[in-house]
Amino acid sequence: MPVTAMYDYQGQPKDVQANFHGNQLVYFGWDKHLMFCAPVCLPLPPDMPFGAVLTEVLPGVYGSHPDWARLDWEQAEWSLDQQPFTPDPQQSLEAQGIHHKSLLRFRVPGLDGIAGSAS
Amino acid sequence: MSANQRLNLREKYQKFTRDLAWEPSYQKKSDIFPQTDFEGIHIHDWDKWEDPFRLTVDAYWKYQAEKEKKLYSIIDAFAQNNGQLNVTDARYINALKLFLTGVSPLEYAAHRGFAMAGRQFGGVGPQVSCQMQSIDELRHVQTQIHTISHYNKYFNGFHDWQHMHDRVWYLSVPKSFFDDAMSAGPFEFVTAISFSFEYVLTNLLFMPFMSGAAFNGDMATVTFGFSAQSDESRHMTLGLEVIKFMLEQDERNVPIVQKWIDKWFWRGYRLLALVSMMMDYMLPKRVMSWKEAWEMYFEQNGGALFEDLARYGIRMPKYWEVTVKEKERLSHEVWSTFYNYDHAAAFHSWVPDEAEMQWLTTKYPHTFDQYYRPRFEHWQSQTDKGERWYNNTLPMLCQTCQIPMVFTEPDDPTTTCYRSSDYKGEKYHFCSDGCKDIFDDEPEKYVQAWLPVHQIYQGNCGGASVPEVLEWYHLRDGEDNKDYLYSQDRANWLKWKGLTEEAERTLKAVVNG
Amino acid sequence: MVNKNNNVYIALQNNEESRPLIEAIEHDNSDARVEFYPAMVKIDAPGRLVIRRETVEDLIGRDWDPQEIHINLISLSGNVIEDEDQFGLERAN
Repeated sequence: MPVTAMYDYQGQPKDVQANFHGNQLVYFGWDKHLMFCAPVCLPLPPDMPFGAVLTEVLPGVYGSHPDWARLDWEQAEWSLDQQPFTPDPQQSLEAQGIHHKSLLRFRVPGLDGIAGSAS
Repeated sequence: MSANQRLNLREKYQKFTRDLAWEPSYQKKSDIFPQTDFEGIHIHDWDKWEDPFRLTVDAYWKYQAEKEKKLYSIIDAFAQNNGQLNVTDARYINALKLFLTGVSPLEYAAHRGFAMAGRQFGGVGPQVSCQMQSIDELRHVQTQIHTISHYNKYFNGFHDWQHMHDRVWYLSVPKSFFDDAMSAGPFEFVTAISFSFEYVLTNLLFMPFMSGAAFNGDMATVTFGFSAQSDESRHMTLGLEVIKFMLEQDERNVPIVQKWIDKWFWRGYRLLALVSMMMDYMLPKRVMSWKEAWEMYFEQNGGALFEDLARYGIRMPKYWEVTVKEKERLSHEVWSTFYNYDHAAAFHSWVPDEAEMQWLTTKYPHTFDQYYRPRFEHWQSQTDKGERWYNNTLPMLCQTCQIPMVFTEPDDPTTTCYRSSDYKGEKYHFCSDGCKDIFDDEPEKYVQAWLPVHQIYQGNCGGASVPEVLEWYHLRDGEDNKDYLYSQDRANWLKWKGLTEEAERTLKAVVNG
Repeated sequence: MVNKNNNVYIALQNNEESRPLIEAIEHDNSDARVEFYPAMVKIDAPGRLVIRRETVEDLIGRDWDPQEIHINLISLSGNVIEDEDQFGLERAN
C-alpha cells in the first residue's frame, strides 16, 4: 500500500528535476573524510562536462581539507549510485548516466582523513 | 445510592467518563467518527478501555493548579534573583535555544494532535484521556515560553522561535516528525506520540537532560521540565493502555501495532539525536553520557517494557540493535554537524575544551580518541589561526528523517551509511535501513517531504545566498549564529562576570566578523 | 531467559514533599533501589513497587490521597495499579 489513507491518495513529488530551474541535483561524498559531516548536494547543469566538476566545483567544496593538496584525480576510485564508475572528463553529466539525484562517491587510496581517522 | 454516600475511585471515574457518553439516534456512528476504520484497527468494545490513572476532571484541575503554583513561584524567584547569572556557563544557554525552537513547538503540535485524536475516537474513555492530554500540552508550551522568555532578555537566538521552527533547516526534523504523526489516523497518532515517543523515548530528554539543567544551575528549566514530565507520566500510561487495548481487541491488530512501533521508535530515535548532543556537548557540567542514558532508559527500562508486551506477540522495535551500535558515535556525529553548519543555525557551537575532551575520552573509550578527537583538534588549530572552519556546501538530507546524511554504517563508524529507493522513476535517499523501510511502506506520503536543502535550491527560501536565507529564517547574521567564541553572548557573559578586557577583545572579534 | 528484566521504576522530584514518599517506598518494598541525581530521585524495583497510603499517613501525620503523587512525580515505568489505598507499578512478566 503506497499510503494509508481514506481514499486513493496521490502525493506530488516535491523535488522533480523540473523544479530546479534547468539544473539537476547531484550528491557527492568523499569517503573517509567525515570532517565534512555529510555528503553534499549541488544543483548542476546536466550538460556540464565532468572535467568541470573536478576543476570548478569540487575544489570549492573540499579544498579546505588538509588532504586536498595531496589529492590526485588519476588515483581516485569512483562509484555512481553505488556501482563502480569511471568518469569521462570530456562528457557531460547527463551523457554518462549521472541523473537527477544521483550519488557520486570517490575515494583516493592513501587519503584517509586527518591522521587517518576518517575525519 | 444516597447523595452523600462517598463514591470510590472506580465509581467516580465511571461517573465522570462513561456517563458522559450517549448513543447517537439520528446520525450513523460511522459518520460521526469517520476515521476509526481506515487504519485497519478492529475495535469491538470501547468500554474495555481502562484509564489506569482514573483521574477525573475535578481532581485533574486541583492537581494541575497545584503544579502550576509551584512552578510559577520558582520561575518568579529565578527571575527576581537574576538566575541567568548563576548558570555554570553561557554556552549552556544554547541548549535552551534548541529546546525553545525545536521542542516547545512540538508541545503545541501535540496539543492540536490530541484534540484531533480525541474527536475521532469512538469511545468516551479515550476521548476524555485525549482531551486532558491536549490541555496538558498547551500548559507545557505556555510554561516553556514563559520560563525561557526570561533568557530572551539577556541572550541572542530566542526572538522568533515559532517562525524558525517553520523554516530553519534542522528544525524541519522535529517539525516533520510531528506532521507525519498528525497526518496519520488517530490510532497511529496515539501509538506514535503516547507510546513510542513518550513512553519509550522522551524520558531521555526530560530526566537526564533536565537533571543536567539543575546541575548547571538552571532551576527554572528543570522545574518546567519536571512539571511537564509529571503530566507525561499520565500520557505514557495512556500510551501503554492504547497499545494493550488495541492488542486485546483483535489479533488482526497485532501486526499493524508492531509496524507502528517499529516506525515510530525509529523516527523518535532519530529525533533524539539532538538530545544526545545536548547531553554530551552542551551541558558544561555533565550528569551522565548519552551512552549511559541510552543503556539505562532504553536498553534496561525499554527492555523490561518489551518483555512485558511479549505476551501480546509484540517484540522489540526493529533496528533497536542499530541504536546500540550507534550509542558511542551519535552525539559526536551530530555535534560535528552543527559545527559544520553553525553559520546557518540559531545557536552557537564550539570545540570542547581539553577537560571536556578528556571526559568524552573516558565516556567513549572505543571511539572518541580514534575518530572524533582528531577533527576537533584540527578545527581548534584552524580557529587558533583565526580561520574558524565552516562547511560551505549544503548537505545531502535523508528523505524520511530530514537529518543530513551524517550517520555511519552500523558496523563501520568510518563510512557514511547510504540507502536509496526508486519510486515512480525518482530516486530517494536515506540515512539508514530504518528510514528506508518507513519510506518504502508509504512512499506517497514521503515523496512530498519539504527538504530544506532542496527548497533553497528551488528558490523558495528567500534567495540563493546564505545572508538571504538567514534573513528568511529571521536569523541575525553575526548575532544568533556562528561560533560561541566570537559571540555577543560570550562578550556579555564575560562583562557580567567582571572580565571586561576579555569581553572587549571578544566584541572586537564580533565586529571584525 | 536467565536474567529476567522486569524492572519497574518511579522518579520523583527530590524535595521536602517527596521525602516521606521515598521513606514509605523503602519501608514497603525491600527490593527497591533508590538512586539520587541532581534534583531527582529514581527508584527501581524488580517486578513490583507500591506506595501505601497508610505508610505515608503514618509518616506525615495527616490524610494522604495517593493521587497527590502527581504533584511531585517525574516519570514511571510499569503497569499502573491505583486505588484509594495505594499507588503501584507492576510488570506482567
